[in-house]
Amino acid sequence: MLSKIVRTVANQLTLFIVVFGLYVIAHGHITPGGGFQGGAVVVSGVILLLVAFGSQELKKSLRERVLSIVESSGAVLFAILAFAGIGTAFFYNFLVGTPIFGGVPEPGPGAGDIWTGGVIPLMNFAVGLKVIAGLSAVVLAIALFSSGEEVEE
Amino acid sequence: MRRVTGLILLLVLVAFLVWGMLLIHPFGHPDASHMDDYIIENAQEETGSNNVVAAVLFDYRGFDTLGEATILFTAVTGVLFLLRTLKRKRESS
Repeated sequence: MLSKIVRTVANQLTLFIVVFGLYVIAHGHITPGGGFQGGAVVVSGVILLLVAFGSQELKKSLRERVLSIVESSGAVLFAILAFAGIGTAFFYNFLVGTPIFGGVPEPGPGAGDIWTGGVIPLMNFAVGLKVIAGLSAVVLAIALFSSGEEVEE
Repeated sequence: MRRVTGLILLLVLVAFLVWGMLLIHPFGHPDASHMDDYIIENAQEETGSNNVVAAVLFDYRGFDTLGEATILFTAVTGVLFLLRTLKRKRESS
């Protein structure tokens, strides 16, 4: 655990890092970024907390078992979304034109609309869940192991 | 003798790599660009996504992204499994 100044600053900064990561995930189909990139940004906030507070303190609020379950559910959600369009083809974008994320933007450059992209925003969300939970679990496990303390089952 | 064999193998490898490098098409001029043109023309209408990179990742080449997700899943599973086993071994010894 580092000094009180570091802990306070990390506490305040993590909120902004997490919000920015979630923004990158949510706007993956409009702006550069997506599930993988936004998830990595969120995990950098987790690592900041880990550095500032130490693995023992973080273990109380982030359980590895929960993280594993979230990661697996993200993978399952991704696979379900891929199989949902199998009437036409594997990974068919079946939501374009429907009321759910069905908008089609004007061809050419444009600002874009959040309510477009069909299945792509949902897949970004699933991949984001996966990356956040998976990388957090790995980082936490390595930190706990190197500190010689008990790994939470 | 061993050194000479190693040197010959190294030269063969270098020659092979240089030969391969010379065969690459010039930077920025792909041989076949039909697929790129098709995706740039139609991605917005077909997938409704303004970010064409995301459209390629999750729609046109979704199967590849499934493989990426599987790699991540396998890596996480492997790390957790390995660290738990090491931990148990350290405790017992």
